[in-house]
Amino acid sequence: MSPAPEQVTATRPASDMQRESEDAWAALKKSANHYGIYTVGFFSLFVLWHIVSVYLFSSVLFPPPLPVLAKAGELMANGKLFEHVGYSMMRIAVGFTLGSAIGIVIGLLMGSFASVRRFLDPYVETLRFIPAVAMITVAVIWFGIGETSKFFIITYATVFIVILTTAAGVSSIVPNKVRAAQSLGATRTQIFFLVTLPATVPFILTGMRVAMANAFTTIVAAELVAANHGIGTLPWQSRLYMLIPEIFVALLTLALLGFTVDRCFRWAIYKFAGRYSPVRAAAQIVCGDCYVGLSLRRTKHA
Amino acid sequence: MSLISISGLEKTFRSRQGADYTAIRDFDLEIHEGEFFCLLGPSGCGKTTVLNIIAGFDEQTRGDVMLDGRPIGGPGEDRGVVFQGDDPLFTWCSALQNVEFGPRLRGMSRGERESHARKYIELVGLGGQEEKFPGELSGGMKQRIQIARCLANESKMLLMDEPFGALDAQTRSIMQEQLARIWHQNETPVLFITHDIDEAVTLGSRIGVMTAGPESTLKGIVDVNLGAERRRTDDDFMQVYRVVYDMIREEVLQSLSREDQEAAA
Repeated sequence: MSPAPEQVTATRPASDMQRESEDAWAALKKSANHYGIYTVGFFSLFVLWHIVSVYLFSSVLFPPPLPVLAKAGELMANGKLFEHVGYSMMRIAVGFTLGSAIGIVIGLLMGSFASVRRFLDPYVETLRFIPAVAMITVAVIWFGIGETSKFFIITYATVFIVILTTAAGVSSIVPNKVRAAQSLGATRTQIFFLVTLPATVPFILTGMRVAMANAFTTIVAAELVAANHGIGTLPWQSRLYMLIPEIFVALLTLALLGFTVDRCFRWAIYKFAGRYSPVRAAAQIVCGDCYVGLSLRRTKHA
Repeated sequence: MSLISISGLEKTFRSRQGADYTAIRDFDLEIHEGEFFCLLGPSGCGKTTVLNIIAGFDEQTRGDVMLDGRPIGGPGEDRGVVFQGDDPLFTWCSALQNVEFGPRLRGMSRGERESHARKYIELVGLGGQEEKFPGELSGGMKQRIQIARCLANESKMLLMDEPFGALDAQTRSIMQEQLARIWHQNETPVLFITHDIDEAVTLGSRIGVMTAGPESTLKGIVDVNLGAERRRTDDDFMQVYRVVYDMIREEVLQSLSREDQEAAA
């Protein structure tokens, strides 16, 4: 007769199980904390808006969130909102791409060649203080109220920020990187494409992110003044007929659109350009008055 | 004929305040094929200046600096440089891409340069770390990637500027052992800058001692005939150490007293 198989008990000390469930609970609480506070913070804006507009400053000039959201639904249903957003986004896409491309090329040239820098510095250092908004008049006189004037204004709003950050990126390259490449036998052209350019990528991307926010501000102003379509025309046209909820729909749309585009930009940087950002030292650039930190942690420290 | 031949080298740094500083004067040095030459001196004596001139990063004020009988005109692939810090590594490239950078410049095919680079990563003991980025590697690993990158370029000689200076003592002594092992395998001529006597005696086949600055020159050269296996506790190791120590002690004292005077002034 074979011996009875040894009995293995699967029970563990109660204290152990308790600790484990406590850990899981803590992790859950932590993530709930993280997303929960974020969501609550987001919705508190609407609650605050409701309280203020209904109980404190009740006025037809300040609609509460529910009628505004209802109006937004209406404008989405008849497609008007999407049409406006489509126009604005198309203008931003064209102007931003053009402005970034020109800015990167000029920035790289200014950063690489002292003669180019000296020659172009007066232009950059004076023109960048003329706000793109102030160029709207000129753009309309030159190009009419068609798409060309919008492209011009958005390009203008983008180009200087990208030039400055790109040039700053080139000039802040560590000399030892260039020396190392030289000692490995790199020619000047090879150094530019294999060392200078990749070392500058985080600066370029940071500049583009800031420029994107600038493009948003500018497109609204441009459409406000001279356009028939676009999210910027919505508040201005609605004002004529006292369509207050429409104005607020436009503002809400701008906020959500900007948020979404910036998140997409961040995600794209992380996804496609993570390796260009030094892991430890985040690229930090002082750009005009705003201090911008682009921190991309690709991986944890070894 | 010697590989590097320096005679009557002088380097003066122009200062904007008008007071020029002559770091090196009347400096002569010959470095031969197959030797590991350690240039040792107190801090601020101009060791790195000499290396920068040989590397072609800097130009001498006076004197001749020849490589294979030809004057040096700028940096080149025949002189690989290992720097003290980790900033010469390309942070956007993986360890493997850093090491294959030199062969890539010369148009070696992808597959060929990859197996070439892997060989050298293996040699410095970093097999398996090929896909990591410099930011993910420790200080010692980063220096080994720098060394592998230079070795993979198969240059005529290596210039090393205190490559282990920023590492902790334990890591440093292991790195020295590894470097000695690698060097005995291929005997690529090395000029190694250090201020650490122990390091110089551990690695060098000859040690050149510099005088304190300004106007530093070569005080003397010590031949190290200790073979490949060196132990810090061996008598002959201690003997060489003592000779070098006596030579450099005076210079360090002089360098310190000069710093004190400058501080008092």
